[in-house]
Amino acid sequence: MLFRPNPSLGVPIYLQLMEQVKHAIETGAVRAGEQLPGIRPLAEQLVINPNTVAKAYRELEHEGIIELRHGAGAFVVPRERSRKATDALRAAQSIVASAVHSLRARGLTDDEIRRLFEADLAGLAGAGRKSRTGGDRG
Amino acid sequence: MADSTAGGILTIETIDLRKQYDGGVEAVRGLNLRVPAGSICGFLGRNGAGKTTTIKMLLGMTRPTAGSGRVFGLAIDDLVSSVAIRRRTGFVSDEKDLYDSMDAGDLIRFTARLFPKWRADLEQQYLRRFEIPLSARVRTLSRGGRTKLALLLALCRGADLLILDEPTSGLDPAATEEVLQALVAHVAAAEGTVFFSSHQIAEVDQIADRVAIIDKGRTVVEGALDDLRERYRRVQFVFDADAPAVPDLLAQSTGIQRVRRSGRVLSVLTNGSADAIIDRARALRPVSVDVATVTLKEIFLETVTAEDSGA
Repeated sequence: MLFRPNPSLGVPIYLQLMEQVKHAIETGAVRAGEQLPGIRPLAEQLVINPNTVAKAYRELEHEGIIELRHGAGAFVVPRERSRKATDALRAAQSIVASAVHSLRARGLTDDEIRRLFEADLAGLAGAGRKSRTGGDRG
Repeated sequence: MADSTAGGILTIETIDLRKQYDGGVEAVRGLNLRVPAGSICGFLGRNGAGKTTTIKMLLGMTRPTAGSGRVFGLAIDDLVSSVAIRRRTGFVSDEKDLYDSMDAGDLIRFTARLFPKWRADLEQQYLRRFEIPLSARVRTLSRGGRTKLALLLALCRGADLLILDEPTSGLDPAATEEVLQALVAHVAAAEGTVFFSSHQIAEVDQIADRVAIIDKGRTVVEGALDDLRERYRRVQFVFDADAPAVPDLLAQSTGIQRVRRSGRVLSVLTNGSADAIIDRARALRPVSVDVATVTLKEIFLETVTAEDSGA
């Protein structure tokens, strides 16, 4: 399992980690009932603060995505709609990939493309929403 | 947002700590630190900002002239309690000053005898991981080798707190990562606490959960890194014509750190509500509004230079 938060992004690392765990579940890289890496090994592997990993796991549990079993670790909660969500996400990925491809073909840099996406998401969401971007998958 | 230290035990706490040297130089002039147990706190500041003086005061190596400081709840300016502080603290100095004429293995055995809580298991683990040549004279070790040896000695003595003065300065990226990994492991393993000064904002970003930025002897930013990342925003407005001057916007919105006007662009750095600023600016009819997250590096540069040109 490959989580790769980017510490210098300006987005809290725990939010990035949450997004990446969700993404791993949505793409099927981790499946319902399977175990996520422990807090300590994951912190040491990614060389990030263990409190950050713990916070991400707590928030994911709060959102009902994983379950923390005392002493046993973190497990992905089974979901009925996970299959459907996986399909939808795969389809969306190919839309994004082709959009990025054609923007690059027009000579835009990755940074410009990223900003355009972020600006558009921020615009659609209106001024009232707190931005919760994460997961820098280039 | 509630501060993550709420209710937790503070390993380090200073209140308005000051240090004036005999020559009259005030190296530290109002330092407020709060480092909870089990956290990694990155201590950032420019050269001469007061980082090393702060560390020396925490370790009882120099006495504060005003204010108060506690480590493990013990007063740092009391001779007796300062001995107790040092007994529970591993220190890696900027110079990595070690006994140069010993070989690495002798130095480890010599140090181990001084500390009853010496962790032989960790010693074996870090000898393997750091690949320290035991028979080499300490003075012949590379900078990375010296740092790793100093870190091994600090980690294995069973200290609750590690204080490190620029532990990764002069190290290559691979050695830097090994050092950072050891610090993470120290906190992950046994609720240890780490306080380290650095010029490398990227490594503070990577492993710290708290940060303190010191400028000219004063704390200018202090808190949980995630709180800072969530609070700080840069709001950028673009106008049809030259960006207007906006004194009202400044007066009414809290948390504004910096305002820049450049041609048609108005850029506002805030640690308050970006939405409130956008609402207020609506009357000015900007043609575009962007809200961007702010990196720790930007926070550092803005707070430190702002202080520089301002007061």
